[in-house]
Amino acid sequence: MVGIISYGAYIPRYRMSRKAIFSAMGWLNSATASVARGEKAVSNYDEDSITMAVTAALDCLNGCPNDSIGGLSLSSTTAPYLERQNAAICAAALDMRPDIRTADFCASLKSGTTALIYACDAVKAGDIERFLVCAADSRQGKPGSSMEHTLGDGAAALLVGKGDVIAELKGTYSLTRDFPDYRRTHEERFIRGWEERWVRNEGYGKIIPEALGGFLKKYRLKTEDFEKFVISCPVDSTLNSICKKMGVEPARIQNNLMDRVGDTGAALSLMMLVAAFEEAKAGERILVLGYGNGCDVLFFQVTDQIEKIRERMGIKKHLERKENLENYLKYLVYRDLIPVDTGIRGEEVPPVRVSLIQREGKTLSALYGSKCKQCGTPQYPRQRVCINPQCGAIDKMENYYFYDKVGRIKSFTGDYLAFSIDPPAIYGLVDFEEGGRLYLDITDCRLDSLKVGTSVKMSFRRRYADKRRGLYAYFWKAVPI
Amino acid sequence: MAEGIRNKVAIVGMGCTKFGELWDKSSEDLIVEAYKEAAEDAGIEIKEIDGAWFASCFEEVNVGRGGIPLARALKLPNIPVTRVENFCASGTEAIRGACYAVASGACDIALAIGCEKLKDTGFSGLPDLGTGEENRFYYPNITAPGMFAQVANAYFAKYGLSREEGKRVLARISWKSHQNGALNPRAHLRSAPTLEVMINAPIISDPLGLFDCCGVSDGAAAAIIVRADVAKNFRPDPIYIKALQISLTPATGIGHQSWDGIHFESTRIAGAKAYQEAGVKNPREEINLMELHDCFSISELITYESLQISPIGRARVDVEEGFYDFDGTIPCQSDGGLKCFGHPIGASGIRMAYEVYKQLQGKAEPGKRQLKDNLRLGLTHNHGGICGSLVCSVAIFGNEL
Repeated sequence: MVGIISYGAYIPRYRMSRKAIFSAMGWLNSATASVARGEKAVSNYDEDSITMAVTAALDCLNGCPNDSIGGLSLSSTTAPYLERQNAAICAAALDMRPDIRTADFCASLKSGTTALIYACDAVKAGDIERFLVCAADSRQGKPGSSMEHTLGDGAAALLVGKGDVIAELKGTYSLTRDFPDYRRTHEERFIRGWEERWVRNEGYGKIIPEALGGFLKKYRLKTEDFEKFVISCPVDSTLNSICKKMGVEPARIQNNLMDRVGDTGAALSLMMLVAAFEEAKAGERILVLGYGNGCDVLFFQVTDQIEKIRERMGIKKHLERKENLENYLKYLVYRDLIPVDTGIRGEEVPPVRVSLIQREGKTLSALYGSKCKQCGTPQYPRQRVCINPQCGAIDKMENYYFYDKVGRIKSFTGDYLAFSIDPPAIYGLVDFEEGGRLYLDITDCRLDSLKVGTSVKMSFRRRYADKRRGLYAYFWKAVPI
Repeated sequence: MAEGIRNKVAIVGMGCTKFGELWDKSSEDLIVEAYKEAAEDAGIEIKEIDGAWFASCFEEVNVGRGGIPLARALKLPNIPVTRVENFCASGTEAIRGACYAVASGACDIALAIGCEKLKDTGFSGLPDLGTGEENRFYYPNITAPGMFAQVANAYFAKYGLSREEGKRVLARISWKSHQNGALNPRAHLRSAPTLEVMINAPIISDPLGLFDCCGVSDGAAAAIIVRADVAKNFRPDPIYIKALQISLTPATGIGHQSWDGIHFESTRIAGAKAYQEAGVKNPREEINLMELHDCFSISELITYESLQISPIGRARVDVEEGFYDFDGTIPCQSDGGLKCFGHPIGASGIRMAYEVYKQLQGKAEPGKRQLKDNLRLGLTHNHGGICGSLVCSVAIFGNEL
């Protein structure tokens, strides 16, 4: 039995009301009033598709041993690197074993469902025991555009395997159409579209029903055979009319997250599937339709194992964890869409030494420190001589990682002198419950919410972008729990 | 314990430039100026110097690397010239190198000089720590106020002080230094604002505001060191070295939970060893004046305790009672301290020695800011690096053998 073993998701903490976008930019394009409803999820300045995918993956793994996982993919249209595998960066952060098969699935909105099909095939073929499928997107519409309102940021992760699956894969079907509804070359920052009516009616409105028809024909099934339809169509009116034509009543349509998250691109179908799993009961049959340059169809049947993995953050709990971002200009600065004064200090960027990052390896990527075999003290970064003043043993260390450990703030500050794109720079010393002390940036919080003793967990973030040398550096930060 | 440096060497001449934003002075100007005052004070000439120790910390900014900037400025004639750098202890390290050379018999007359040009960066505060792997990858983009602000927050939490109560104690420390600095013509900052102005100043790194932070300055200071037994051949009132201690905490504070975050371990160790070296049994009774490393108000507060002058947790009481004021029991920062005199890093340790030297001689601008009491022993203290991994220097000077 091949299917999904576990699920996880991530939605960034910031939500921006679409009215706030419209009040700032509606003067330019008054027609956007029609999409200026609800709110969208906006990644923090230190997040991107890689960091969101890693956070969703950690939610999905939830303590599952890494060494059973033989494959990892990242689906995204906004993976930070065009050359240098983004999935490999995720695998390093997730401390995956070295003999793992990795791949980036890119360029299409359906790359999330496509990766899921390939992962299931690989497991079915017996080459790989477990395959982690990650999808994340942070797409950018031009300021003032309709897409700026509708697009949102988020991620999902699904662990594919055999045996105790929460949902068995019962069938797939794929349709490919070179339909240029949205496009972006490597030279462009913003997505281009064609007339929205054409995209709605000729794209979503025709391709989704065609794929569904093909699937039903292939397996000799009817729409009545399914309890839930997960259709990654971000336009409510189109979604409703497609379903009406197919004879699917609203109760069987999975919410498309547009109201509270937005169109999360390659991650949308998988995030919706996670949301469906959160409510699903054993026996439920779910049909997933992942739209994009065609459409993938996946048929899952939920098993009674689903009750065993309810303690994920998933979609539901991430939706509850939020902070309003009211300042539209701040959003533009986070996205590096307007030049701002960084001060002379902010202009002084020392060169990144790539070989040094490589040498540090897991110390940086998976927050590896050492644990002294003589006195048991966890320490970071990796040491040869024990840091415990009462011990001092030499070369008695074993590897010890901090990325999944919980700590408490020992001391902190909000620094207005240090350069930060989001001042003040908040950082401090964190004491871990199981031992060890790290000096860490603290993110996703307000300074006035912190106290000595506040509990924090580790979050993989983009540390900085060295634009002159085309390099993103990633590291772990503390996030209040 | 080793015998130590006590009474083996003496300072017979010192010089110190005005500190400040010296836009029109180069490091050469500052070195020559500090040297000239020291040489005239000691009555010596360049050709009599056997060896020189030169302190500068952020050499990238302006001064240059190695011993060359000093040798070039003074045209030192092919003698050993060594640059020392150990963060904010750099100046005291130069004194230490010169003292040890003289004590060992390697030199008869040694020069210690520190110079720093910090004001050509284009921004406030110190330059970032640079490109070392630690600063770039493991640690947040830490600034000096950011490190000490954390100590302040932890101290407030430990003793149950509200942010307002804590800030008031800290402001009282800076207020005292401004009162002193206002009287000193060589000091960088000579204003004397009210306590309320200080408390309400803009935040630099929470909870530290503008007046909790010292001046970032240009400047230089110099000392001429000879053996104690010949010191009176140079002048009737040499100042004797009683103790010179360095201690460096090996990152335990930032990597091991044993550090409480509210004391300075290297200061505690260097202080205790310095008292022992100098034969000081009760520092609160025997030390007559101190120049402490008040890069930030909280640094001075914690140092009172770590140097075992104020009991642990009681420094704020001493501060409020004026124990460290100009007319207090142990005047601290009588020249204005780093807070007002300024902090050109490589020069600061020597600047502190300069103030202690002049006060112990009774020559600190008599009638204006000379301390009145019968002074015998003065202490200087520097520390730098990362809170939790600080290098600390403690020196004790006396006017009697």
